[in-house]
Amino acid sequence: MPPQIEIAGGRHIQRFDRFDRVLHGFLMLSFLGLATTGLPLLFGDAPWASRLARGFGGFYVTHRLHRLFATILIAVFLTHIGRLLERVILKKDYSIFWGPSSMVPQPRDITEMYRHLRWFVGLGDRPKFDRYAYWEKFDYWAVFWGMGIIGGSGLMLWFPELFSHLVPGWFFNIALLVHGEEALLAVGFIFTIHFFNSHLRPEKFPMDMVIFTGRVDEKELREERPSEYARLVANPVNPPRYVRTPSDRLWVAGRIIGTTAVVIGLTLVVMILAALLRY
Amino acid sequence: MKIRGVIGTAALAWALALGFSARAHVAAALEPAPQATKPAPQAPAPSNDDCLACHDDASMKRANGTPVYVSKDAFAASVHAPINCVDCHADLAHTAEFPHPEKLAKVDCSSCHADQVAQYKQSTHALARTRGNSVAARCADCHGLHDIRGSKDPQSRTYHLNIAATCAKCHGSHDVIVRGKIAIGDVATPFSDSIHGRALSRSGLLVAPTCSDCHGAHDILQKSDPKSRVALANVPATCGKCHEGIEHQFEGSVHASFLAKGSNGAPACQTCHTPHAIQRAENADWQLSVVNQCGSCHTDKLKTYRDTFHGQVTKLGFRAVATCADCHGNHAILPASDPRSPISPANRLQTCRKCHTTATANFVKYDPHADKHDRKRNPFLYFTARFMQILLTGTFGFFGLHTLLWTMRTTRRNGKGGGHASAD
Repeated sequence: MPPQIEIAGGRHIQRFDRFDRVLHGFLMLSFLGLATTGLPLLFGDAPWASRLARGFGGFYVTHRLHRLFATILIAVFLTHIGRLLERVILKKDYSIFWGPSSMVPQPRDITEMYRHLRWFVGLGDRPKFDRYAYWEKFDYWAVFWGMGIIGGSGLMLWFPELFSHLVPGWFFNIALLVHGEEALLAVGFIFTIHFFNSHLRPEKFPMDMVIFTGRVDEKELREERPSEYARLVANPVNPPRYVRTPSDRLWVAGRIIGTTAVVIGLTLVVMILAALLRY
Repeated sequence: MKIRGVIGTAALAWALALGFSARAHVAAALEPAPQATKPAPQAPAPSNDDCLACHDDASMKRANGTPVYVSKDAFAASVHAPINCVDCHADLAHTAEFPHPEKLAKVDCSSCHADQVAQYKQSTHALARTRGNSVAARCADCHGLHDIRGSKDPQSRTYHLNIAATCAKCHGSHDVIVRGKIAIGDVATPFSDSIHGRALSRSGLLVAPTCSDCHGAHDILQKSDPKSRVALANVPATCGKCHEGIEHQFEGSVHASFLAKGSNGAPACQTCHTPHAIQRAENADWQLSVVNQCGSCHTDKLKTYRDTFHGQVTKLGFRAVATCADCHGNHAILPASDPRSPISPANRLQTCRKCHTTATANFVKYDPHADKHDRKRNPFLYFTARFMQILLTGTFGFFGLHTLLWTMRTTRRNGKGGGHASAD
């Protein structure tokens, strides 16, 4: 690492644009909505399940809310795909396929994971992460895969008569199993691993505001992602986009939204664990 | 049905005979002849007026302070008004001295109502008495004493609309249930909330059944007695007295054939409908509870049903999707191998279409009792479940450990108060 220069605090670099942040907001909303309206069905034995479903207004309301949130999530997914296509086709930006700004797993992710794990147990230095670390790529692909599998199986269960023209009826048996198990995986992963990796771990606690403000403190970026920082400051064509410190209003709004999501998520985790431990 | 006809005719003949004999008894009592035939040395029997001269006086008391009161009006309104006091209190027929001794012989109703008393003596009430049960009902407990009215009289304790309340005096009384060791407990409360109880008490329907329609009146037997109207094997016929069409449906069912064979656990009407708390068939809560009732025998089927969307929604307490009866039928349940069964291969599509109106032949390949543990029956589901298990265990296992190690590393570093670990 080059000799460290002290940076005046408060200088921020733009990391996520508004579009991505709003999209993530809808992702949060639909995901929390789908989880709270879907989990009662998966844990019908638990005392909270029936209360939650009745709290929403009974079966028909819960059922329709689940499909409303599903529609939002499908729209989020398609919007994201649309943006990727726009970058590739219209802007001829192929950096999404390979390189430091790509989500595609690359050899450096393997070595970084290996070195990160070694660092956990006190062997060697922390790897110098670039824009997306391996666990962030896992988060991304887990959600991507999850949307395909849960969304696909969900649509099958939503329109079984229609899909029965394409697939035999026993596909719906598999669709229901996969929908539930994948949902459990997604909910469990997002509300524990993702929450920890991005917000609750000691370095970030109580939460990383970057997904709400879009800006990351320069000092933090240099420490967290030294490779990316070095790449950005060394690039005369694409220098880092320095921006103002997030406004109080944006920061407070982000905190409220983030805290609400974390509280709902962790509550659902506790409810799931309580239901699982009853067996 | 021939047998039913014969039994019915026999029962009618028996009932008529009973009626005539009872009338003959009353007629005999009305005639002055008995007095004339009495031996001369004996004192003339006291008339009802003689008796009521004292007993109609509410202030007259026994030595222990209890009143000897017999309401003249109540007696006059009773079915026994035409007969003499001494016809029942026969030990006073030749008494000349008054006041007579306080302790009288027990009234023997069988002197007139021989058949009813003979039936009663075989009943569970009488048998309980002989076993030392001091609270089991006797004639007067249901019929009353001096104010007995005919069962057609709306004020009678045994009038159709009053019977449930008469039985409830004991079968809804905690004290009697405890002292009488009545195993089934309070049946009056569930009955009063049942469709039959409501039909009687709220709608005032004479056609609605009351206790005696299922249990009989004088000849009530325990359900463990094979002759009892409510013995398991006899229940369909008992319910069929009113629900005859349903009885015919049930007769052909697989359940009825098990019942006829005396198979252990074979269900009769009350197995699903409950004996006393019978609800409207449209009652959603009851329909949901029947699922568990079916599952009390068909345990494996309930388990696999609960793994389906249908089973999950009903477990949550909503009746929006198919329960057992929606696919299997209700009274005329038949095995899938029977071509008349709604789940027979030929009828399945039609059955699914009751809800899934546009279902196709392909749709019907859905397994409403798929078992993810059954490799033979559902191979694809089985391997998908295994794969999901590995995926979940693997993901949570790896990232659980990842998270744990990360936390330990960061807290240790912070604990040392050291800076970034880039000491290169």
